[in-house]
Amino acid sequence: MGWFKRDKEGITTSTEEKKETPEGLWHKCPKCKVISSIEDHVNNYYVCGNCGHHNRINAREYFSILFDNGKYKELDKGLKSGDPLNFTDTKKYKDRYADAVKKTKINEAITTGTGKLDGHEVVIACMNFNFIGGSMGSVVGEKIARGLDLALKKELPFIMISKSGGARMMEAAFSLMQMAKTSAKIALMRENGLPYISVLTDPTTGGVTASFAMLGDINIAEPGALIGFAGPRVVKETIGKDLPEGFQTSEFLLEHGFLDFIVERKNMKSKLSQFLRMVKKSKS
Amino acid sequence: MDYLDFEKPIQELEEQVAKARLIAEESNVDMTKTIKELERQIKTTRKKTYEDLTSWQRVQLSRHPQRPYTLAYIKSMTGGDFLELHGDRQVRDDKAMVGGWGMLDGQSVMFIGQQKGVNTKMRQFRNFGMSNPEGYRKALRLMKMAEKFNRPVVTLIDTPGAFPGLEAEERGQGEAIARNLMEMAVLKVPIICIVIGEGASGGALGIGVGDKVLMLENTWYSVISPESCSSILWRNWDHKEEAAEALKLTAKDMLSNKLIDGIIPEPLGGAHHDPEGMFKTVKTEILKQLDKLQTKDPQKRIEARIKKFSDMGSYA
Repeated sequence: MGWFKRDKEGITTSTEEKKETPEGLWHKCPKCKVISSIEDHVNNYYVCGNCGHHNRINAREYFSILFDNGKYKELDKGLKSGDPLNFTDTKKYKDRYADAVKKTKINEAITTGTGKLDGHEVVIACMNFNFIGGSMGSVVGEKIARGLDLALKKELPFIMISKSGGARMMEAAFSLMQMAKTSAKIALMRENGLPYISVLTDPTTGGVTASFAMLGDINIAEPGALIGFAGPRVVKETIGKDLPEGFQTSEFLLEHGFLDFIVERKNMKSKLSQFLRMVKKSKS
Repeated sequence: MDYLDFEKPIQELEEQVAKARLIAEESNVDMTKTIKELERQIKTTRKKTYEDLTSWQRVQLSRHPQRPYTLAYIKSMTGGDFLELHGDRQVRDDKAMVGGWGMLDGQSVMFIGQQKGVNTKMRQFRNFGMSNPEGYRKALRLMKMAEKFNRPVVTLIDTPGAFPGLEAEERGQGEAIARNLMEMAVLKVPIICIVIGEGASGGALGIGVGDKVLMLENTWYSVISPESCSSILWRNWDHKEEAAEALKLTAKDMLSNKLIDGIIPEPLGGAHHDPEGMFKTVKTEILKQLDKLQTKDPQKRIEARIKKFSDMGSYA
């Protein structure tokens, strides 16, 4: 018998005893697996220096990239879901929600803030994908609506950074109606001649794509993002065939006419600023 | 008539009546008493069965193969004075979304709705009531025409969802629905939306932003079908009944959550038991709502519409 032969099968360490590798030193690109220091990764806007893969980041990181000196005022920070349906599947929604808050240390799948972008005063809403898949429930809809209300009141441009699996099932029809709510407010931005910019990032699907993410004066996306209405698995099941390469990527959407341009994260701020400069209300 | 699983007791009794009638006819035996008794039983059983339906049973009724669909409503309500219009002017005519001008008691109305097929061949032709982007764009074109001629819009919703196909994605299913939500919010004419069957998610909402949103008694409206909800949250389809309950998707639930404006009662056993009666009820309701909506100032009407949807949500 060999000395190194396993006599016990599989991993026997329980989750509680599992030793976590300390975070904060190295980043391994999920796409090309090349390792870089966290410092380099952050300085490179959380984009892989080797393959250009745009890592998924949250509002906190986007805000530090977009707002001048990373300074902004957060809006409606404490807003939390009311669990209107008292929803339970394999787990109570209340518990799922509390776990998400605890795990991510953020309150919801969206953060909204106001501040300056290259000197332009703006409102930015950005989704947090790690909070229940960035799903849209009442709070996501309400925070966008309130952000838009502020933009309407103070005549500011609104920038929406989407990153979501779609509507949040645990709030069922309440989630669905957020699509109507946000779209209605965006109509008011149009009626008032105020810019509404949609930035689509990986991934943007479902009810988010079918509402505020597709309604920008300009729709722009980061490279290689998954963007679609139905998820790729559902489409594959529907047509019963493998999907063509590059299906539902940013590049695919640009080609089919649903994006104005694709922008690398490092250039996002300057592109947004350039657009805002072009459409700024002329002083009369 | 097709019977659903929970309607089996009624089916058995009705079969017995048929048998009794046959005996009476063939052998000249007087069966009137038996038939009368059976019919009394049918009546009480029906009442008991339909009085307290579960959410899942209502979902089943909403999909009943004999349930009347959009065009049947329109044809009956307009007495055949209906001019169907086709095409989105861009790609093609979507057969799952129908629409056109109809005369409703002396006033012209723009009707729009998803259409399901009445038999296997037609179901395929209608793509099972699942619209492609061109369907939503056709709907928007017709709404804009209604706005131009200052006539109200009535939408009839009955869809298992927007079509999740490859070409639908290429042509921007998400964008098409999104645009309708935005445009409907600020359309200058009255909009009445009625869920007459299935109201599945964005596919339904894509023609569902209105001043009055109503549901027939045995319909459902939610963000996802109970089957898909079950498969995502429970990882299989076996929990569809629990999912239907959890989603609070019935007309009653939707009204109590203030997500719709009203419920239209159906004939006992569902719309398919008395289609003509159903059409009449719906027509009366539309006329009643139009009367109220048309007296309002368009700007006020839009503001109220936006406010209604803005108030939807639950947060603390």
